[in-house]
Amino acid sequence: MRSAVVLFPGSNRDHDMVKALHSVTGVEPTVVWHQDATIPDVDLIVLPGGFSYGDYLRCGAIAARSPAMLDVARKAKAGVRVLGVCNGFQILTEAGLLPGALMRNAHLRFVCKEVKLEVTNNDTDFTRAYSKGEVIRCPVAHHDGNYFADPETLARLEGEGRVAFRYAEGTNPNGSINDIAGILNETGNVLGMMPHPENLIEALHGGLDGRGLFESVATSVAA
Amino acid sequence: MFQNDIEITPDLISRHGLKPDEYDRILHLIGRKPTLTELGIFSAMWNEHCSYKSSKKWLKTLPTKGDKVIIGPGENAGVIDIGDGDVAIFKMESHNHPSYIEPYQGATTGVGGILRDVFTMGARPIAAMNSLSFGEPDHPKTRHLVAGVVAGVGGYGNSFGVPTVGGEVRFHARYNGNCLVNAFALGIAKRDGIFLSEAKGVGLPVVYLGAKTGRDGVGGATMASAEFDDTIEEKRPTVQVGDPFTEKRLLEACLELMKTGAVVAIQDMGAAGLTCSAVEMGAKGNLGIRLDLDRVPQREEDMTPYEMMLSESQERMLMVLEPSKEKEAEAVFRKWELDFAVCGETTDDLRFRIIWQGKEVADLPIKELGDEAPEYDRPWVEPRKAAPLAADAIPAVNDVGTALVRLMGAPDQASRAWVYEQYDCLVQGNSAQIPGGDAGVVRVEGTGKALAMSADVTPRYCEADPFEGGKQAVAESWRNVTAVGGDPIALTDNLNFGNPEKPEAMGQFVRALQGIADACRALNFPIVSGNVSLYNETHGEGILPSPTIVGVGLLPDVAKMATIAFKADGDEVLLVGGHGSHLGQSVYLRDLHGREEGTPPPVDLALEKKNGDFVRGLIAAGRVSTCHDLSDGGLGVALAEMAMAGQRGVRIELGDLTPHVAVFAEDQARYLIAVNPNESAAVLADAAKAGIKVERIGTVGGNAVDFGPAGKASIADIKAAYDGWFPAFMGGKA
Repeated sequence: MRSAVVLFPGSNRDHDMVKALHSVTGVEPTVVWHQDATIPDVDLIVLPGGFSYGDYLRCGAIAARSPAMLDVARKAKAGVRVLGVCNGFQILTEAGLLPGALMRNAHLRFVCKEVKLEVTNNDTDFTRAYSKGEVIRCPVAHHDGNYFADPETLARLEGEGRVAFRYAEGTNPNGSINDIAGILNETGNVLGMMPHPENLIEALHGGLDGRGLFESVATSVAA
Repeated sequence: MFQNDIEITPDLISRHGLKPDEYDRILHLIGRKPTLTELGIFSAMWNEHCSYKSSKKWLKTLPTKGDKVIIGPGENAGVIDIGDGDVAIFKMESHNHPSYIEPYQGATTGVGGILRDVFTMGARPIAAMNSLSFGEPDHPKTRHLVAGVVAGVGGYGNSFGVPTVGGEVRFHARYNGNCLVNAFALGIAKRDGIFLSEAKGVGLPVVYLGAKTGRDGVGGATMASAEFDDTIEEKRPTVQVGDPFTEKRLLEACLELMKTGAVVAIQDMGAAGLTCSAVEMGAKGNLGIRLDLDRVPQREEDMTPYEMMLSESQERMLMVLEPSKEKEAEAVFRKWELDFAVCGETTDDLRFRIIWQGKEVADLPIKELGDEAPEYDRPWVEPRKAAPLAADAIPAVNDVGTALVRLMGAPDQASRAWVYEQYDCLVQGNSAQIPGGDAGVVRVEGTGKALAMSADVTPRYCEADPFEGGKQAVAESWRNVTAVGGDPIALTDNLNFGNPEKPEAMGQFVRALQGIADACRALNFPIVSGNVSLYNETHGEGILPSPTIVGVGLLPDVAKMATIAFKADGDEVLLVGGHGSHLGQSVYLRDLHGREEGTPPPVDLALEKKNGDFVRGLIAAGRVSTCHDLSDGGLGVALAEMAMAGQRGVRIELGDLTPHVAVFAEDQARYLIAVNPNESAAVLADAAKAGIKVERIGTVGGNAVDFGPAGKASIADIKAAYDGWFPAFMGGKA
């Protein structure tokens, strides 16, 4: 599986993502500078976590207008899989590739802790290695992860099975509506999520629950 | 129009924090009256914060050498050998005064400054820690300071992308008017990739990098070298503003540039900004420096040379570049959208010359600026020591279980999750042990080895006996590194004390340093970097003497790391070092009986070494993976923490021991380990052979910390008290 990780000024989980992709797929991803107008031909484009442009203006707002993102949008429309984690999720909503918005956490503080995630829909390219309803462990680390969408959008997301992950067992860390932790676009090839599966992929991390996500994509690519 | 040649009056001299005799020294050195800019430069170089004029005499007595020490104190940070051509570079620094004035920005710039110290030397920061001391919880300013400082520490480190893997938070009335914010950072580099500040070569370009210069922080280092009074709010403009986004780009740009071979010398602009960094580079390299201020990137209009030389704007660097690589270097900085300006050159005249609008506004001898700073042998007296407490003067409790629950919910023992959950402890993907255990542990990427680090000091011990307290701070840090399985290598210190012009406060400093030095020698644990923060006084009352220590150690195999969590029912609990008897200055006495009395537990350094080496050997051999050191709150608090972490209880047999003494004594050099019953006899036999006191005191299991007839506390009750206090306090309910 070929993958690319887009690097913005202020990204800081790019390296974690590169390591995770390499560990699971055995292939080193290509790192793409945000000023590059063309993303190479890959099976998965990843927008990593961090604080692109220092979160100035709004989280993800400036990165969403970078040259690389124009190509990400084109490729997403053409069906290429795109994963945005944390700041990457924020960039995807700011770029209009996913609906809704990520507001400041309800308690107004940054939060880094482990939460429980329910795999709400396992019939996606990103989740098929998990079973439906399975509860996995996953860390979060963000200041602005409080997902919000208007009632109409929310009804569509829920009705169309586009909620991929939900905070489970009372561990919603940020006040997200409907406990939403990750959502898909209409065509199911773009996933945005706040938690960090790339930080739970080896024994050192105390668990392997995050590997399933990358394994899912690899399986989908191979199919 | 800026007047550089205004009359230098005694009032002006005093407002620059210079004493009349120090001014005379300036006159003598330069043979004329200084200009205003020159006066500012002297004030920046000769204040306590930059010159260590009160502490230097004593710092020289500290042990700083060892087999694994590559670079000791004097550079931006200390460097130790961690094998395979890798080095760890680390330091701790205080940002106490700025954080009290403006907690968020004070804390962020403290973190930013220490990160810069580390990556200036060529290391990528891989771990951060901090030590925070606040006033008593019900003081009206405390909550505001806690909220701001914690958000600031997180705000900077999280955005920069360094995991904060540990730290400490304490409360005491003596910090009511002067909180402590000590920030630590550690980075990794290759042994042949260390960069220094010493300039080499005449006529080379001096390049300004990073963010633009503004008026923020003008005179910050001088402010940090004075006592506080009611005019403190007026000093807010001397606090700098941090921008972690720029720092992150500066890090990436610097590391990228260092790979090209373009960097001859590099120095970050910290306290006293452009002045201190330029003088440092020139003086160390026996070279002069000429700076043309009109080429310095400026954020504000009409800045005077005085302001530019004293600005403490953040995220700036000064470099001496290899001229043939100037274009290449500029391209790297442009890519990261950072300022890059050749603003001076190295010279052979040993002068520090400042040009502004075509005129020379300062011309000073560069060596003397640093080397000829005043050095004081401040008078000191033997500090008052607390009187010993007789055993029968310490009240008992009916039920040690209830007492334990109360202690676990007291401000200094309660969970710090409210604090550390605001810090990203996972970024970079190498965190092996995050806050909540004995030490933070971070794997060295691409290897199976890891670094362990722990921030420690017990200020109430230091107050009661500065010498023993100094020893204890070093010993506890060494013990915490040991308890996770690390081989302690070296430490950095942050010496926070009161006004050195008062003989009593100076005595605390001197005696604490002697204790620290003794412990470092006995434990073969040299000091490789550090920082001194004096004048921590408000309205004449000093803080508790607080020499914070961060010890760093190496785990050869991170898979063998120990944690505090009980792991299996039936495991036997062994107490290394035996039962204790010392309750003077204990949290038992303070939090349950409202008394801060008695002498602190003495530290037997030979015993400390012997017991620690034994425990570390068991961990390294893979025989023990559950270990916790005993410190505040003694056996009881340690057991409660191990039970909560493992979500399983423990049954302890106290026999005919006096329960409150055995459970809460804070005797040093002790550890708790839990071992498989099949292994327990062998461990006890090995201990006997080695002459180590180890007792089997109980068994893991159940859902309570159970002391039999002496009382018990359910894990649920302990956890409720432990988890509840901090959020309730910050929510205004405690």
